Amino acid sequence: MKELFSLLISFFKIGLFTFGGGYSMLPMLQKEIVEKRGWATEGEILDYFAVSQCAPGAIAVNTAIFVGYRKKKIPGALMSALGIVLPSLIIITIIAALLGNFAHLPAVKSAFAGIRIAACALIISSLIKLIKANVRSAVQIVLAVLSFIIVAVLGQNPIFVVLGAALFGLFTAGRVKADA
Amino acid sequence: MPELLVLCWEFFKTGLFAVGGGLAALPFLSRMSDAHPDWFTQEMLADMIAVSESTPGPIAINMATYVGYTVSGIFGAILATFSMILPSIIIVVIVAGILEKYISNKYVNGVFSGLRPAVTGLIAAAGYSVLKVSVMITDVPFSLSAPFAAFDWRAVLLLAVLVFFTQFKYTKKIHPVAYIAVSAVIGVLIF
Repeated sequence: MKELFSLLISFFKIGLFTFGGGYSMLPMLQKEIVEKRGWATEGEILDYFAVSQCAPGAIAVNTAIFVGYRKKKIPGALMSALGIVLPSLIIITIIAALLGNFAHLPAVKSAFAGIRIAACALIISSLIKLIKANVRSAVQIVLAVLSFIIVAVLGQNPIFVVLGAALFGLFTAGRVKADA
Repeated sequence: MPELLVLCWEFFKTGLFAVGGGLAALPFLSRMSDAHPDWFTQEMLADMIAVSESTPGPIAINMATYVGYTVSGIFGAILATFSMILPSIIIVVIVAGILEKYISNKYVNGVFSGLRPAVTGLIAAAGYSVLKVSVMITDVPFSLSAPFAAFDWRAVLLLAVLVFFTQFKYTKKIHPVAYIAVSAVIGVLIF
């Protein structure tokens, strides 16, 4: 019971401070789930992201459900899902009921220009950690760089990258050393 | 069919077929607006994208809450949001259950050993797109004759300082929330 409640609180916090798309939850995930709670390792977070990218729905929600399920089966999955959507539910309801579109206010625009930079700095810092842990051998570096180019430069759908890398991993299973 | 049921069904479908993150839901939402013009207009959808950039949470979830609220108040908001995430819950739980069984299998391990570096690349790509919108001036196109004109130098400087803090021995334990709060204040002051 206590652990279910911690799942709810942790993902509520993560949902509340994740601005922008799915992967921008990574810095909060590393802090709350990996460092503070020890519910997953850096590498496992990447596994969850890979599956979440291919499953229907928002990546942040899928990742929350995954962590919750690994920790406390179906009740854990439900609590984590609730935690991650609750901030949206509360904030958007307030906006819909009272505020209308506040995004045009100059002060709000400037504040979010600042927040975007923080989000960017946090993702860079998370990336440094991930690269140190998961991208070390020559094969791993090639996979990471290729995946970046395919999505960021060529503008292809990330799902192709995930499927391609999964196939590569399957065919080289046992031959390329996996890191824990 | 009563309207609330239609609402649930529409968002359940969106949750089921929008694969690849929040933005993948946009075409579905756009079609939903054509089918139910009394729920929300294309214009409101555009507004909502702007609101979603400035509020936490995935855009599809925000949109479900918003539309649910306009259709049927707080109850509608809750209903639409949970219809939207129901497919995720079912599918991710099934996948997680299967993976748990085979996690020590040599081939499953092989798959993930290929996926980890690739997903790191995907996150780098996501970081790169955030980098572009946060330090570049959108209405100045990048050109080789004046390669620095497209950058907002205040933003570049702030970014450099923040990245330094995340790596520096005495400040690297600072919580991400602190970065977001401080940067919001700095944003109001300098932009």
